[in-house]
Amino acid sequence: MYAQALNVAEKAHADDPELRARFQHRVDAEEKIEPNDWMPEGYRRTLVRQISQHAHSEIVGMLPEGNWITRAPSLKRKAALLAKVQDEGGHGLYLYSAAETLGVSREELVEQLLTGKAKYSSIFNYPTPSWADMGMIGWLVDGAAIMNQIPLCRCSYGPYARAMIRICKEESFHQRQGYEIVMTLAKGSPAQKKMAQDSLNRWWWPALMMFGPSDRDSQHSDQNMAWKIKRFSNDDLRQKFIDATVPQGHFLGLTFPDPDLRLNAVTGHWEHGPIDWSEFNRVVRGEGPCNRERLKARQKAHDEGAWVREAALAHAEKRAARKAAAKIAAE
Amino acid sequence: MTEKTMPLWEVFIRSRTGLSHRHCGSLHAPDAEMALQAARDVYTRRGEGLSIWVVPSSAITASDPQDKDALFEPTASKIYRHPTFYEVPEEVGHM
Repeated sequence: MYAQALNVAEKAHADDPELRARFQHRVDAEEKIEPNDWMPEGYRRTLVRQISQHAHSEIVGMLPEGNWITRAPSLKRKAALLAKVQDEGGHGLYLYSAAETLGVSREELVEQLLTGKAKYSSIFNYPTPSWADMGMIGWLVDGAAIMNQIPLCRCSYGPYARAMIRICKEESFHQRQGYEIVMTLAKGSPAQKKMAQDSLNRWWWPALMMFGPSDRDSQHSDQNMAWKIKRFSNDDLRQKFIDATVPQGHFLGLTFPDPDLRLNAVTGHWEHGPIDWSEFNRVVRGEGPCNRERLKARQKAHDEGAWVREAALAHAEKRAARKAAAKIAAE
Repeated sequence: MTEKTMPLWEVFIRSRTGLSHRHCGSLHAPDAEMALQAARDVYTRRGEGLSIWVVPSSAITASDPQDKDALFEPTASKIYRHPTFYEVPEEVGHM
């Protein structure tokens, strides 16, 4: 993307303090950093890690929902879910492209995912045993993702910011279709309402964990804030999400699985109980309910698609060779 | 990696409003035909465009960011290139 073929490795100047100062000055002035501009190696590394993790999350995120495409309760729901999963594939592409502008290849990125070297959002390591989970993922998981992603539209790195603008436009459809599914169940039969409540009980805490560790324990925050890769702290974004989401749940007559959840009349914020970070750490370490299943599914898709990639390349080569031969013959 | 890498393509789309083709992203594909197909599948899912161009990324020649000042700075002092540089009496009306 953006002719990164021209990228010149400037490792010799990697830690030149004068270049660093000039770079910081540009970031402070809200100038966008573009692929061929000088940037500190740490900035490049952080972005490759963050953007590729984000891309992997989109791709792995297709799995829990793909699970329900053939079992959606109506043609309308099936078409919408299929469109949403297609969007996620597209989001993965936009993000991989943005990461590639930083000098890393698609093949390397895919390999990092498949070998477990790169992480993806832990939320996709939870199972989707009921149809209500399709609604809950749209409403809560995409809702939390939107909170995280809107500030990223102003990220200092141009290609990432531009990818996020496209993605945010499409995420809004995801969240609304999810909420509509939950609403339909919440207003349905007692069994359907129970299905919605059970799903909320399972997804609420993992959704809150999507914003990452508390600011008190987050290591990368300060530098990323200075580089304007990150604009708001984890805790601030989490609070914004809770404040927006709790009234939406109460409107549906659902309850949240947090006995400490209460509105602070003075601050106007919903206060929540303690988050079980040991669960979060366990899932990040690979011990969540579906970590192995997700990677196995990705590996299988990659392996079984290999012949298609090879055949397409061989076909393109054959056609190019024939075209060249015809040209020579004509001359 | 034993696999050969897929070439990279830049995607340009003309929106319905009749504007010129605009860069909207990139993708990997083995040839032009498949690049066009993939661009259609990924970048025009919501009626974004009426026409697509795909261009091999390697075919693009770009200016070097280090030459930015030499290339673009000189225009800053040429204010006489702008209409507001010239005074037209109010009585003449809009021009």
